[in-house]
Amino acid sequence: MFRLKARPFSGGVHPKGFKELTNKQSIVKHFSPDRVYLGMQQRNGSMLHCLVAAGDSVYKGQLIAKGSTEMTVPLHSPVNGTVLEIKPYLSSHPAGIKCQTLVILNNAVNHWGVDYPPSDYRKLTPEQIVQRVLDAGVVGLGGAGFPSGIKLRLARKSHVHTLLINGGECEPYLTCDDRLMQEHAAEIIGGINMMLKAIGATKAVIAIEDNKPQAIAAMTSACEQQHNIQLKMVPSLYPMGSERHLIKAVTGLAIPPGQLSTAKGILVHNVATAKAIYQAVRFQRPLVERVITVSGDAVEKPSNLTVPIGSLVSQVLAECGGLKAEANRMIAGGPMMGQVLPSPFVPVDKSIGGLLALSDAQINKRESQDCVRCGNCVKVCPMGLMPFQMAAHSNQGDFSGAQQFGLDACLLCGACSYICPSSIPLVQYFQHAKSNVNAQRSMVQKSNLARQLTDARQQRLAKELEAKKAAKAAKRKRPARAPRNQGER
Amino acid sequence: MLNHNPIAAPHTHSGTSTTNIMYWVIAALSPAALYGVWLFGLPALLVMVSCCVTAWLCELFCLLLQNKNWQRSFDGSAWLTALLLAMSLPPTTPWWIAALGTSFAILLGKQVYGGLGHNPFNPAMLGRVMLLICFPVQLTDWRSISPPILSDNGLIFSSAWTSIDGTSAATPLADLNQIQDLATLFTGQHAGSMGETSALLIALGGVFLIWRGIIRPYIPSALLCGIVIPAAIAHLIDPSLYASPLSHLFSGGAMLAAFFIATDMVTSPTSPRGQWVFGLACGLLIWLIRSFGSYPEGVAFAVLIMNACTPVIDHYLRPTIFGMPAPFSRSKGTKS
Ligand code: SF4
Ligand code: SF4
Repeated sequence: MFRLKARPFSGGVHPKGFKELTNKQSIVKHFSPDRVYLGMQQRNGSMLHCLVAAGDSVYKGQLIAKGSTEMTVPLHSPVNGTVLEIKPYLSSHPAGIKCQTLVILNNAVNHWGVDYPPSDYRKLTPEQIVQRVLDAGVVGLGGAGFPSGIKLRLARKSHVHTLLINGGECEPYLTCDDRLMQEHAAEIIGGINMMLKAIGATKAVIAIEDNKPQAIAAMTSACEQQHNIQLKMVPSLYPMGSERHLIKAVTGLAIPPGQLSTAKGILVHNVATAKAIYQAVRFQRPLVERVITVSGDAVEKPSNLTVPIGSLVSQVLAECGGLKAEANRMIAGGPMMGQVLPSPFVPVDKSIGGLLALSDAQINKRESQDCVRCGNCVKVCPMGLMPFQMAAHSNQGDFSGAQQFGLDACLLCGACSYICPSSIPLVQYFQHAKSNVNAQRSMVQKSNLARQLTDARQQRLAKELEAKKAAKAAKRKRPARAPRNQGER
Repeated sequence: MLNHNPIAAPHTHSGTSTTNIMYWVIAALSPAALYGVWLFGLPALLVMVSCCVTAWLCELFCLLLQNKNWQRSFDGSAWLTALLLAMSLPPTTPWWIAALGTSFAILLGKQVYGGLGHNPFNPAMLGRVMLLICFPVQLTDWRSISPPILSDNGLIFSSAWTSIDGTSAATPLADLNQIQDLATLFTGQHAGSMGETSALLIALGGVFLIWRGIIRPYIPSALLCGIVIPAAIAHLIDPSLYASPLSHLFSGGAMLAAFFIATDMVTSPTSPRGQWVFGLACGLLIWLIRSFGSYPEGVAFAVLIMNACTPVIDHYLRPTIFGMPAPFSRSKGTKS
């Protein structure tokens, strides 16, 4: 293990961490809400197909909904209990969108419905491992929420040689990955070995930010005997958790925008995902709960806890002592990239890694002033963009101008907004511009499709017409043969 | 009260503010300014006060005219402009000339373009050049220093310190070819404008700004390199014709330009690469104007010329997008 140099990529910021609020407390495991709310629509918009009905009793780990393709991961019951109803309910989407939701009453018996004997991953084929990961509904727990099984399968196809495990956790406040590494190091290592087998890679590198000494110690001792697993300490610099920047910090490779890391032989997975994969492969346990950090200066008892998927944010907060009076904003995720929750009554889904309640003082928002071209945003942009130019263009509605300055490469990491002395909401402009560009793109795609369809129709009509004409001509020429032909058929 | 509006991330901020930055720069500049007052006495103070008051009034006037929040006149940017202008004027400039220059700087150098952040040229330098063209006599009338003397009976103020008349003296730049006492130049014990006197205090202020992360070191180092390298080459070729690089460095507004004028964030490029080019070109121009131009001091002109080039520099010398090779190929692509 060795330390990498102080600034492995240009840009980045050092927001104050506030990790001390929760990084000394072990993960609370007894939380079990009286009911859970499971949305039938996934973050990417794809729909699940419900397999149970109101009144059915379900057990923990039972498959209750599945999608039509493998891209839509299946959903399992996180508790033992009864299905109360299926009704439209709020989702964690920031716009407060409702979707069809399964409500399950928890009977507080907390054991798995079916207990499979532990299986040895070495006796499984790579495809079997992938299948178990797919069946368990594991998605990337770092926030992106991409189905992990698909990622593994793609990685094997593109001959990935290195598995990079992301223990960066660069967002302020969040400590769930840190605690997970301290308390479940062995399971994480187990998951890494399974992934290595599944993708056929030869080595794994675990990258941990240097502000987590206990996690580093725990992981070091856990992988002492493992010669194919290496531990690397990376400097704590936001956004170290970004896949590309972590790869740059660990391997020195800069993956160009638009290219996949697997093309360069690297697959990145988060530590929490590694643990979930271990559970899925060894015990065939589906992903029904995750560790989240509940923190912020407006929470009474900041803590890390295991939360069944589908618990309401309000219930989780109540478990943590509730909110203080000065609470101003509830955020899912970290303060740099997290989203405002539309209500405290939304369920926690698989991709939420943190719940923060922040006061006005912490948000530190001020009236925005004119850009003074100080260049701070240019300095901190980890993608080497010119945020103030992009913002100026998007502000005028010139989105292609913004694209010229690199809008497509923007991570929406928020480093530029964070540093801007004029408090310009840069990221807000970029989100707006991106959604416009995307809308335009899909419109172009749609009209292209429409054009293709009309073209095809016209061609078909022309062909039919010609065929008719030819048939007529044929009839006129050889009227006598036609009936016989028909008769032959 | 919980606020559930979908506000864009990030939900935190570093806490820096434009106003803060302006006041830090003023703070970094003030030791040199105070030292100037100590050396030249009340006339210098009068110039400074005149500039600051005028700047604030002009700023307030414009903000009210545009229906903007009048409290923005306290954001420090006007005072910084005023202070920079005051420090580049001879200490005995009549107060009304100083006021005229300041109003020109704020009204026509900044507010007509839309206020803070929109001006293409450094307002203080615009004001200075305007005054130099309109009042060449007063603007090149340098006085010798007359600091109070500490004696047994307390401080003794010379008449020049308290009155607005002083003894004329040549600025060291007017006669760069004479061998200068570098120690004098360094500590500022010589005639000149207030901001030119103590290279040491100004440099210390600049280093403080770099240390605080308020300015980046690229422009100052590039500008100083831009002066020293050509000066050294020329001096080696013909020492009788060209002044030594050190006297170039420590006299005139070189230090002020390097740390406080060329680094003005509104009018300088934003990328490190662009800042290097900007600084080097500024330094080179200063040396060229000093050595071959008809004005003894080239800072204002050099900075203004480079300000005009800033948009071009910013366009062509952008940072490299992460993962993209070839820093220069991209600029060709976007040109079309
Ligand atoms: S950080 Fe803010 S004020 Fe500075 S250049 Fe960027 S957008 Fe403008
Ligand atoms: S949000 Fe985009 S533009 Fe801003 S720092 Fe991050 S990548 Fe750069």
